[in-house]
Amino acid sequence: MALATLVRVALSMLMISLLPLTVSAQVTFERLLNAADEPQNWLTYSGGYDSQRHTLLDQITPDNVADLELAWVFQAQSLQAFQTTPLVVDGIMYLTEAPNTVVALDAKLGRVFWRYEYTPAQESRPCCGRVNRGVAILGNTLFMGTIDAQLIAIDAISGRPLWQTSVAEPGAGYALTLSPLVVKDKVVVGIAGGEYGIRGFISAYDVATGEEAWKFYTIPGPGEPGHETWQGDDWKYGGASAWLTGSYDPDVDLIYWGIGNPGPDWNPAQRPGDNLYSDSVVALNPDTGELEWHFQFTPNDPYDYDAVQVPVLVDYPAQDGGTLKLMLWGNRNGFFYVLDRANGRFINGQEFIDINWAEGLTDTGRPIMTPQPPGATTFPGVQGGTNWYSPSYSPSTRLFYLSAWEGYGSVFEAQEAEYQEGRLFLGGRPAAPNPLSVIPGLTRGPINTWTESTGSGSVIAIDPTSGDERWKFEMTDVTSSGILTTASDILFTGGREGYFHALDAREGELLWKTTLGGMIANGPISYAVDGRQYVAVASGNGMFVFALRD
Amino acid sequence: MLRTYPFLLMAGLSVALCIVAGGRFVAQDQDHVGQYSQADINYGMRLYGETCIGCHGDGDAVPGVNLRSGQFRSASSDQELMFLIRSGIPDTAMPPGDYNQAELTGLVAYLRTMGDFDLSDVTVGDADRGRGLYAGKGDCARCHRISGEGSRVAPNLSDIGAVRTAGSLAASLVDPTEAMLPINRPVRAVTRDGTLHTGRRLNEDTYTVQLIDQNQRLVSLVKDDLQEYAVLTTSSMPSYEDTMNEQERADVLAYLLTLKGMN
Repeated sequence: MALATLVRVALSMLMISLLPLTVSAQVTFERLLNAADEPQNWLTYSGGYDSQRHTLLDQITPDNVADLELAWVFQAQSLQAFQTTPLVVDGIMYLTEAPNTVVALDAKLGRVFWRYEYTPAQESRPCCGRVNRGVAILGNTLFMGTIDAQLIAIDAISGRPLWQTSVAEPGAGYALTLSPLVVKDKVVVGIAGGEYGIRGFISAYDVATGEEAWKFYTIPGPGEPGHETWQGDDWKYGGASAWLTGSYDPDVDLIYWGIGNPGPDWNPAQRPGDNLYSDSVVALNPDTGELEWHFQFTPNDPYDYDAVQVPVLVDYPAQDGGTLKLMLWGNRNGFFYVLDRANGRFINGQEFIDINWAEGLTDTGRPIMTPQPPGATTFPGVQGGTNWYSPSYSPSTRLFYLSAWEGYGSVFEAQEAEYQEGRLFLGGRPAAPNPLSVIPGLTRGPINTWTESTGSGSVIAIDPTSGDERWKFEMTDVTSSGILTTASDILFTGGREGYFHALDAREGELLWKTTLGGMIANGPISYAVDGRQYVAVASGNGMFVFALRD
Repeated sequence: MLRTYPFLLMAGLSVALCIVAGGRFVAQDQDHVGQYSQADINYGMRLYGETCIGCHGDGDAVPGVNLRSGQFRSASSDQELMFLIRSGIPDTAMPPGDYNQAELTGLVAYLRTMGDFDLSDVTVGDADRGRGLYAGKGDCARCHRISGEGSRVAPNLSDIGAVRTAGSLAASLVDPTEAMLPINRPVRAVTRDGTLHTGRRLNEDTYTVQLIDQNQRLVSLVKDDLQEYAVLTTSSMPSYEDTMNEQERADVLAYLLTLKGMN
């Protein structure tokens, strides 16, 4: 063999050996901590540990956003709601199809590298859709929770499973629908199943082995602080799920997680007491799961006002020149809260929509409840003034944005419920104020059948310093879409009507829209490959990716 | 003249309903009087007579089961009762039943109230007479359509007996505006060039509205192109409260409840 040929072969071998490193570098915890430094990637569910869902990419601007064009579309095989938030790591997109399929794609072309399909156990029974909201990553390992309450580690390069841990018993109603949160060497999940009389928890697992590291029950057991807020055996079936991804502050070394409704959902008289830690945010030590502090938004909740929203962490300049470490929270109960995330202290709270279940908050943030008489309409209704739809905070505009349901109410009817494992434990029902209208629920078809009589959607921009609304963008139908803001002051969001909107984040004016034809029920993200910025959003059963015209 | 049913003469005998009485939850918190529409109760009573009475008789024919007590061991809420009726009870003589929502609503209304009122007061309609009233005195086909006959201007009624409850249909005959579904509200739109469009709303979103106009044409409008747009809350359907008597309205209702679409 000639020398030149030997050299060529040697170089080829070297290139091949380097290729995996080029395609997919390890995602270290340091990279997750500093996700904002690599805006070309989208490394966690909410874009970073502070969950601001804000990108520093600014190639797409208010002036050129009208030049967006479709770069590619990925069609999911599943017909379930497409709620995933994709991750993008060095040009590779990882998304989940419902219920539990992971797909790796070329983020530039939309072509598939591999699929990993997990078949959930027959006895799984997620209350509200066989859905999944995405994966987490650390190193070259992806982590997916499943609707039969399994946590699965998957090799990010080959798509092969590495380990599987049973988190809970699916036949009893436990499920995982959220994107996990990786903190240090642990992957943290919160359980779903609040409609089945579960006892909720948040738990952490060793990223290498799947071994359980800690478990924090969201309902304190006998002898634990907070147990006195339950009576008798109510705590055993009290719900308090934790079905949405939390946030993490490395400075104070705490993770923050929203907790769901107590059970049975609509009969508070059956579970007297404040029912901690339902409808609360809890701050936990990420190494041990120990509770640092909690704040409860809706004590003894009669309305299914889950505090299952993404905690948005903001460092805000203080008047004295220091920094306020805040947590911003647009709650399902219709109030916008500002908390001190170091200690859970209530700073401010204000309605962001018209409500009638409470007339305000006390100095400590406890609602002054005003129960409506039997048969009367309570605002907001059972789906809330907002819900799990990801909000956004823009450091550029210093505004907080959330998707809201306005003029939407329910007539709540409480009934006694008997707990039986694996059966719904609801304690009544919410009815539409207008019995002739379809209630806006978790999904919708192509026709708006409820119209203005049962509420409408909006994007509301809130000034965190006052809690006041800065602007509002109104939609005819309600919206289940998350929100993305950019450093160039664009706000991207969708809605149930299937429109994908770009708004001026400063004033709320519509800059551009396109119709994608299916309900948008995830949060848009942005990333870049080869210097070109992309915006991705799921609509119907497709993942649509846009970029500026070349 | 009002037709009345002696209760035990309703003898259709196909499906048995076996709801076990004596459970923990009872419906005593529900105030039956006025909670369920009389039309739904009447419809449920008819269905009961067609499908349930064979086993349950007057309500207590199955040993240990007294439907007239309003207490159901296996179903506390109305939703659970509907589920039970549809799914049956395994390992018992209670089979599953293939009912639509309107039928379930009627059955539950009747089961919840069967101990509460005097059955001799119930007005029961005759579907054949109702068909005649629909075509004749009511002149309903002038706007409505059934199985390819009639106008498309008002909602198609071919499956109305499956998609609307007896109570809501009865209300529509008396007070159409109050009973109108929001999606069916009339709209009035004027484009920038002055063209007037009126019709029934089919769909609406933030930027557009779709309707069927008075000439049975499908029209789609972009709101930015309109100089005037109004959603009206008054139905164009006349009330039959004064033009039909109670028996006639019961007859029309009985006819509408037979309309269950292609299947």
